Amino acid sequence: MAVETKAVPVASDDKEMLISGSEACAEALALADIDVVTAYPIRPYDTVMQAIAKKIANGNLVAEYIVAEGEHSQFEIVKHASTVGARVFCGSSGVGWMYAMECLTVTPPLRVPMVCMVGNRALDDPGAFGVEHNDALVVRDLGWLLIWVDTAQEMLDTTLLAYRIAEDRRVFLPIAISADGAFLTHSQAIVQVPTRAKVDRFLPPYNRGDLQLHPDNPITVAPQANEDWVIEIRRQNDEAMKRASTVIEEAYADYGKIFGRAPENPWFEEYMTEDADVILVGMGTISLPFKVGIRNMRAQGKKVGLVRLRWFRPFPTERLVQALSRAGAVGVVDRDYSFGSPFNSGVVANEIRAAMYNADKRPPLLSFICGLGGREVTLEDVYKATDMCYAAAKSGKSDTKTHWLGVRE
Amino acid sequence: MAHFTCEVVYRGIFQKNLAARICRGIVLSARKAGRWGIAFGRYGDSPQRNGIPAKDFAIVADTQEELEQNMARYEPKEVDVTICVDDTLSKGVESWAWYGLQPINRLTLPNGTVLMTSVQTAEALLKDIHKKEAPYNLALIPAKASFSGLWVFKEDHTEARILGALAKIQPEFLSLDAVCQAIREAEWGSDLKAQSARKAHERLQMRPVKMTEGNDETPFSFEKPKWWEMREGVSIPAIPVGKPMEGGKGYVPERNPYFKKFTTRTMRPVINFDTCVKCTLCWIQCPDSCFDVTPDGLYDANMDSCCGCGVCEAVCPVKDCITMVNEASFEDNASQWEMWRTNKDTYKTWMTAKIEDKQHVVRSHGFRFRGQYEQEIKQDLDAGGIEITAGIPGENAESKKR
Repeated sequence: MAVETKAVPVASDDKEMLISGSEACAEALALADIDVVTAYPIRPYDTVMQAIAKKIANGNLVAEYIVAEGEHSQFEIVKHASTVGARVFCGSSGVGWMYAMECLTVTPPLRVPMVCMVGNRALDDPGAFGVEHNDALVVRDLGWLLIWVDTAQEMLDTTLLAYRIAEDRRVFLPIAISADGAFLTHSQAIVQVPTRAKVDRFLPPYNRGDLQLHPDNPITVAPQANEDWVIEIRRQNDEAMKRASTVIEEAYADYGKIFGRAPENPWFEEYMTEDADVILVGMGTISLPFKVGIRNMRAQGKKVGLVRLRWFRPFPTERLVQALSRAGAVGVVDRDYSFGSPFNSGVVANEIRAAMYNADKRPPLLSFICGLGGREVTLEDVYKATDMCYAAAKSGKSDTKTHWLGVRE
Repeated sequence: MAHFTCEVVYRGIFQKNLAARICRGIVLSARKAGRWGIAFGRYGDSPQRNGIPAKDFAIVADTQEELEQNMARYEPKEVDVTICVDDTLSKGVESWAWYGLQPINRLTLPNGTVLMTSVQTAEALLKDIHKKEAPYNLALIPAKASFSGLWVFKEDHTEARILGALAKIQPEFLSLDAVCQAIREAEWGSDLKAQSARKAHERLQMRPVKMTEGNDETPFSFEKPKWWEMREGVSIPAIPVGKPMEGGKGYVPERNPYFKKFTTRTMRPVINFDTCVKCTLCWIQCPDSCFDVTPDGLYDANMDSCCGCGVCEAVCPVKDCITMVNEASFEDNASQWEMWRTNKDTYKTWMTAKIEDKQHVVRSHGFRFRGQYEQEIKQDLDAGGIEITAGIPGENAESKKR
């Protein structure tokens, strides 16, 4: 069965460029006219810091560019810059992100709308450059908005969306945009870059209002608080995270109107799921071999579909349950691990299990781990996972094992 | 089934070892009769600050199950005995955590006991201790505020005396023999301390307090905001800039109405406005911005916000213009400058009486010469105490006595 590939509508004044995911991020940062950016090199994130430095050097962007002495300071500096009203950008990868951990925890309660790029990288040891999602996932409980993208175009669009969402007064939470190391950060693709005029229509200036540190607005930020205050502060962040769902939907709708391209469903991409017997679920560039495999299997009459999860926080519980309930079986493919977790599954699989618990219809759910450390996901991996899902659909039973794909055994 | 709950209200840091000894002593004494117990500090007071009121607790029960009912709490809802080893705390307890100002007898059960060390009379103390809507007992051990247990000060047997007195107040939980045994076994204990416990047991003065007795001021209080009423981003508004005192002259800084700090004070500055040279040093150096600038350019220490550190006395270049006087000597936080302005002769008489009162110039900290504490502590001896031995906690007191 031949499948028609939908062309991205090109708005007449967009500029077409052949750039990497990291460069696409930097294009968006220049369009968003960021004020302060901090940098500390670690691969694969460093491609973004190089691209921004080049933009500043070439006079395409006027911003403070501060090279910190480590990731801890790197994230602290932009946190403070944001509290005085600067639009900020930061980013890291793997253990660099871990080194900033203290700053990553304090950023959401202070309601700092920092936008970061995480070039996903395996955590040491062993020292490895390839992609795993465990680095960004570490902040999943702290109040960070987390999104995974799979193309350079989506990186550009999402970076602009991220500022609009994070800097909405109803949200004021940090956003980490995850990009798979190598497959997205280091590979160049055709990207439509919009004009500054469009971006200005979409993205209002950052207004921190009564939370801005300024001599005319004397406030104390982050005082010591005891058990008689903390739970109220947590409840405030809980509400901000809930409100983010509304703001995300509004922002994508507006983005579509102004730029002529935005997914109708911001939360996840559904690929051939309408009639699917088996739905595979994954995040990031894993989608690319999976889409190829699905097209091949469709040609053989197997009705397979893909849900590529974009937003992991806030987690689109209801919509995802609705989408997955239709399938005969669901296979969740994690590019991460969670040793000792329920069923020894990856993080995404267990989140989906939790989300499905109260669903009226719960199809069998299988859990897969693959592509760790940046190993390529092969079509054989895709076929193997699909075959197992078909078997589960037939028996009607979930299997409680977690299957590792593409591991030498 | 029975249990016994006790709190020790003390000065942060200065008396923390003392409070811990008392609470551990209660549990270990009760253990002699097979009871179970816990000793803990109020977590919100921690990390402690010098002199800021803090609390420790001891709970003992017949069974472990009964004890569990009182565990995993910051503070018990009520106590059988409130112990206070610094009588200036009778004015109230304001932790650095936002618990507001709490009367010293707030948790004391009806017919329970407030046990204090003091050289004041019960009547004088009741001018400070807030009224309570239930009768209770005031038990007094004649002694000055103790720093026993803080390593820079000498042992003064306060912990032993308190435990001996408790054996009289709650004999069903703590027998005198059990207390003395526990004292002897403690790392800080000795036979002499066991003797002090017996003496305190013998000489304890108990006085019933009626509902009508006590300071009838209502302690300041506040409602904590709901989560949706609070500012977001863990931010709080700054205290606004102050205003002139009157007629466009002088300056009174705005102050936090929910956090006043005065219960931290064990001494307060008494100011001789007639000798003040208006050098501004006290006003500038005060770490709590507690001085109001008066329309005539003098500096009036606001007694709601002064925590009695003594910096103003230390920096004042004029001899005897500012004198720190023991807080027990005062019954209210009224403005000294207002009193001086109203009638200078009356003020002079009042001020001279405060400064020259030998009992009340006893200092709680910032001693003027080496050995002053030892001199002052002899008053305890005169009041029925026994001679204090040299000793450092954790070391054998006997070997120190050369």
